Amino acid sequence: MTQEVSQYSGLASYNFAYLDEQTKRMIRRAILKAIAIPGYQVPFASREMPMPYGWGTGGVQVTASIIGQEDVLKVIDQGADDTTNAVSIRAFFQKVANVAVTTHTRDATIIQTRHRIPEEKLQENQVLVYQVPIPEPLRFLEPRETETRKMHALEEYGLMHVKLYEDIAKNGRIATTYAYPVKVAGRYVMDPSPTPKFDNPKMHMSEALQLFGAGREKRIYAVPPFTEVVSLDFEDHPFEIQTFDKPCALCGAEQVYLDEVILDDKGGRMFVCSDTDHCEERREHGHVGHLGVAKEAAE
Amino acid sequence: MSDTPLLKVRDLSKFYGKRIGCANVAFELWPGEVLAIVGESGSGKTTLLNCLSTRLMPTTGSVEYHMRDGGYRDLYHMSEAERRFLMRTDWGFVHQNPADGLRMTVSAGANVGERLMAIGNRHYGNIRNTASDWLERVEISTDRIDDQPRAFSGGMRQRLQIARNLVTGPRLVFMDEPTGGLDVSVQARLLDLVRGLVNDLGLSAIVVTHDLAVARLLSHRMMVMKDGYVIEQGLTDRVLDDPREPYTQLLVSSILQV
Repeated sequence: MTQEVSQYSGLASYNFAYLDEQTKRMIRRAILKAIAIPGYQVPFASREMPMPYGWGTGGVQVTASIIGQEDVLKVIDQGADDTTNAVSIRAFFQKVANVAVTTHTRDATIIQTRHRIPEEKLQENQVLVYQVPIPEPLRFLEPRETETRKMHALEEYGLMHVKLYEDIAKNGRIATTYAYPVKVAGRYVMDPSPTPKFDNPKMHMSEALQLFGAGREKRIYAVPPFTEVVSLDFEDHPFEIQTFDKPCALCGAEQVYLDEVILDDKGGRMFVCSDTDHCEERREHGHVGHLGVAKEAAE
Repeated sequence: MSDTPLLKVRDLSKFYGKRIGCANVAFELWPGEVLAIVGESGSGKTTLLNCLSTRLMPTTGSVEYHMRDGGYRDLYHMSEAERRFLMRTDWGFVHQNPADGLRMTVSAGANVGERLMAIGNRHYGNIRNTASDWLERVEISTDRIDDQPRAFSGGMRQRLQIARNLVTGPRLVFMDEPTGGLDVSVQARLLDLVRGLVNDLGLSAIVVTHDLAVARLLSHRMMVMKDGYVIEQGLTDRVLDDPREPYTQLLVSSILQV
């Protein structure tokens, strides 16, 4: 398809977006099936990618299969655009697909993510691609794949509540804070990948298409736009998201997910937005937190 | 006792290639009745139990179960979903080795509560109360509710397994050598407990054992198996006090006298 890479660099040529067209077709088929059966894990023939397992090989394959020349890509890792994983995957697609990249959530058409959903509400024309380490929500209680598949097929999800029960018995509350199990479209129980449970409500009735790729485990699953996503809970211990005492130290944002940053070895710390794009944009608009510096003053 | 049998077994056979697992087994089990299947190892007891509990598909024959709605259903013509639902609500299965029947890595309370959650119970407080209630009934102190079965003794594990099975109020319980591997005083206590529970709850049970004392204490009726065939069946006291088949006589006379 595209020979541009080799023309510029003199290297052996890559196909557009690294994967060959037959592989993309295979992955697209899996994606279509996943969209047709929300929350169902579709097996696919995951390829070796030029990065180790655990670095987002599943997400990269999904992105490579859906990306087009007109797309604008944003990659985040733990909410940040400038962490190793995000930087290297972004550079990868710039190199092999020569697509436009951005750090602005609003401008992106495809957002590949590890561990977060952007704070800004996603739109209809956007696709969120998750990197998933372990797609099977029942795995830690039931190690047999044959058995977990049967449990999904027969909708036997009592075991998922056993996990939550154990949480309450040990900690007095549901202490699962990430990879919090959800039920999709009233049918399949799904692991929303290791996103904090703070982000679970954002998946519910999301306008953007959400695709999940697990490279090592060779599974793809999806939540189509406007699909019901319900976090599991008990009647007397309802689902709750994390709350933070203080707003973001840099931009003063409330009701966002915060990261703890250690400042010194004397116990100094601050809590800042995990979504760096969100934080920067707020600061550009003049919002300042108690440790932040006003934009004009900094320049 | 009601006037319709709970389980109707006809011509049940299981072959492993040319070898016989069990052959031409036929009997009826009535509500509230405890049936013991005895015989030496290799006689087909466990094969029969696994066929009855649908853990194994028989080669020929049928097993009809009296459903709660009053009708009879052939177990092998039910869908897998229905069968599994039956197994975790209306039936219980007590394994010889408690580790096979328990989740060893979750707490005792969760082990007992699992079936409740599986049938849609979503109230933590209620589940926990029921679990602690059942732990009490099987003589496990309720302050052990958050301990994992790994921390339990063999006898406690077996009692926990029984509680886990009975929590949904099943009508039929399968037991595979429930006292195997326990020392005699623990055995006696367990047998006493099971006998009490069976009486209180009006359970039917099919107990596989090679221990005639267990059969004597627990069961109303017994079947003696040899080489895959049922060679003698009748009321437990009749079979044990007046065995007719030479093999049964041998079996009865082999009990160690102290």
